[in-house]
Amino acid sequence: MTSVRCLRCVHCGLDVPAGFVEPGAASQFCCAGCRVAYRIIHEHGLDQYYRLGEKREAAVRSTQRTYEEFDHPSFEDLYVRDAGNGLSEVELYIEGVHCASCVWLVERVPFLLEGVARAELEVRRSLARITWDANAVKLSNVARMLDSLGYAPHPYRGVRRDALRRKEDRAMLVRIGVSGAIAGNLMLAAAALYAGWAGGMEHEWQLFFRWVSFVLVTPTILWPGRVFFAGAWSALRARTLHMDVPIALGLAAGYVQGAINTIRDSGPIYFDGLAVLVFLLLVGRYVQQRGQRAAADGAELLFSLTPTTARVIDGAGAVHEVPAEALLPGTIIEVRPGETLAADGVVADGRSQLDMALLTGESRPESVGVGMKVYAGTVNVTSPIRVRVEQPGESSRVAKILRQVEESGRRRAPVVQAANRMAPWFVGGVLALAVVTFVVWRSRDPARAMDNAIALLIVTCPCALALSTPLAVSAAIARAARRGIFVKGGDALESLARPGRIFLDKTGTITESRTALVQWCGPEWVQPLVLALEAESTHPLAAGFRAAWPEAEVPRACETTHVVGGGIAGNVAGHRVIVGSPAFVKARALGSVGAMTSRMDASLTPVLVAVDGRIVAAAGLGDPIRGDAARSVARLRSRGWHVSVLSGDAGAVVAAIGRELDLPARDCEGGMSPEDKLHMVEKVRDEEDGPVVMVGDGVNDAAAIAAASVGIGVHGGAEACLSAADIYLTRPGLAPLVELVRGAERTMGVIKRNLAFSLAYNLAGAALAMTGSINPLVAAILMPASSLTVVLSSWHARTFVESPA
Amino acid sequence: MSVLYIVVPVALLIVAVAVGAFVWAANRGQFDDLETPALRMLHDDEERILPANDRGPVSPP
Repeated sequence: MTSVRCLRCVHCGLDVPAGFVEPGAASQFCCAGCRVAYRIIHEHGLDQYYRLGEKREAAVRSTQRTYEEFDHPSFEDLYVRDAGNGLSEVELYIEGVHCASCVWLVERVPFLLEGVARAELEVRRSLARITWDANAVKLSNVARMLDSLGYAPHPYRGVRRDALRRKEDRAMLVRIGVSGAIAGNLMLAAAALYAGWAGGMEHEWQLFFRWVSFVLVTPTILWPGRVFFAGAWSALRARTLHMDVPIALGLAAGYVQGAINTIRDSGPIYFDGLAVLVFLLLVGRYVQQRGQRAAADGAELLFSLTPTTARVIDGAGAVHEVPAEALLPGTIIEVRPGETLAADGVVADGRSQLDMALLTGESRPESVGVGMKVYAGTVNVTSPIRVRVEQPGESSRVAKILRQVEESGRRRAPVVQAANRMAPWFVGGVLALAVVTFVVWRSRDPARAMDNAIALLIVTCPCALALSTPLAVSAAIARAARRGIFVKGGDALESLARPGRIFLDKTGTITESRTALVQWCGPEWVQPLVLALEAESTHPLAAGFRAAWPEAEVPRACETTHVVGGGIAGNVAGHRVIVGSPAFVKARALGSVGAMTSRMDASLTPVLVAVDGRIVAAAGLGDPIRGDAARSVARLRSRGWHVSVLSGDAGAVVAAIGRELDLPARDCEGGMSPEDKLHMVEKVRDEEDGPVVMVGDGVNDAAAIAAASVGIGVHGGAEACLSAADIYLTRPGLAPLVELVRGAERTMGVIKRNLAFSLAYNLAGAALAMTGSINPLVAAILMPASSLTVVLSSWHARTFVESPA
Repeated sequence: MSVLYIVVPVALLIVAVAVGAFVWAANRGQFDDLETPALRMLHDDEERILPANDRGPVSPP
């Protein structure tokens, strides 16, 4: 019987559960979803998919929905565009896309369905653009096809903003390209001039190259450089001093003075420095903006995940699928197993178990019956139920939470970057020095007063100053990504650099979010008997037993009976074995259990085992704490962070976890709803001075994560939580969190070092300009040297490195 | 040396053409998605030609 464990699903490569094994069949499947997906792929001759060699990590979870609402006129109004030639176009957010094979398969949809002209997938955002002939095939057919391949589609709700944003991105890229090309060519002309300056050059050629430089620099100032003038102008109109102000000032002064000097044919032209400055600044900005874009994209994808449809039962008992927006209070909807509830309501008919993980973070399904309140976003697991709608759509609890995620993300005050904080002082200082230079020189040598004042403005142009933060941050982000830490926005790193408060979610963050056997009191010979029974069960606790004793020889169980909410009984190797909850087992067997369960931790679920009418063993199953959790928490605390645990679980469970982590009881809050977590984070954020960090993995943490000054999603978290988070840790456990905090501290150190460098350069330049000793060569060395120092210092900083274990 | 009066303007002209080509490509959406095409080229060694790919990248309206 043990050989059964080695079978792999042909489609997804996961283990095939014992109950699904077909003796003698060449292809084994772990679930019906994989079987359907394999059949579709195989029938259309697309077996190449399996040779692409990517590891698929999840079984196909077909939702079996009809996607009727995709053909609804209101759906068409909202999401479908006309693509010309009688074709229509729609963008769908596809779940489960992660690799090259997915691209391949999704883009083969035109082969699978007549009437689909094109399918293009963008991996980064999991967006598929489908172009189809509405007369030949219905969109719901396309959706069902994607769904049965394991890629559940959702209408992408950010289409409108997307077009605008794409235009912005392209404009930015064009500006970088243009300024880069010009800067490169200007450097060539400048190289000729400097060579001539050192080695002698006929005046005719000097004049020629100065004019060539002038011709080249003009478009870079007028086109890509315009963004700085626009930024400076809007800052001035808002009566603030932004970093754009000194940059615009330097650009304008350099360009005008250079132009005058070119025409007058004497004095320095600063064109090469200006062109490189524009290019570097634009690159820095692009890098920063890309990070922020990723975060915004995430929020929109999250919105696309909420259910869009519901199955309504009318007075006559007929079933219609309608868009979720069209639901009214009092309507009866039917929810089949595997479906997500579209509205809050009360169960009107049927009994089932619901996966409430979205709201509570608790992975164990909860039983519901007639009259009980159920919430949108939870997933029906076992059997169909009918629900009387009370709060549809926008007024449902999950919609409110998602709205809070969005709002807290928007409301959060942007972190003022160190460089921008310095801008007002910097501009004020430079302007004051320029005035002083002008006044002093006018009394001594009026002809050079204007020249020297302008030279000061140019040479102090804060190129290095403006670059110091984005460069240090983007270098740190790249290093962090290599260590499995994905940082979406640079300001998160700046916030983490000084200690504050860290809230940790329990399930999935501190614990492993799986059921495991933690305690076992009983003889070893019972173990195979228990396993034999549990092999028949799909209950999560059964998986805990199977994982605990993987090598045991398992006999076959027969005459097994399951009691939902109680346990399982059956005959194994001539013994009558009962495994289940204490109440279930005690009602069917004799024996004292006090000694066995008294030492059991309160956070564990107790399971008793009876053999031939006598209770012989007790097991404690629970969600084990990650091995590195206690040490990581201790290290965070030693760095000055105040660590607390926020959990939706019962207070006793959370208190037990707190004891293991050596945290004071007042820092362990149990029984927190998503709203409670949000309020807690907001309260602390408003009251305490330092940054507030929320670490979590579920949708129930998403609002709190979005509201925190830095939200962190951990390995294996829900999509909604990841999109709300600023930082995503791909390695399991809390050790990456410690690494992140240390990396952030080091990054802030690099930023400070960069600022100090560039200020020193600017001071030296200002001193030279005030004494009137700036000549073209000095300017040409000072301007790029300052930027180069900052680039090198950022790139070689060891911000994120493997920390000593 | 007076050849410079011809060579430099010609060089500038070439730069202008290159920049023009870049702007054209960027506005046609060639740089919108830099990840998927890299994956897509991995598995184009098929006998069939895709209806999707024979028309080149599509610019959204």
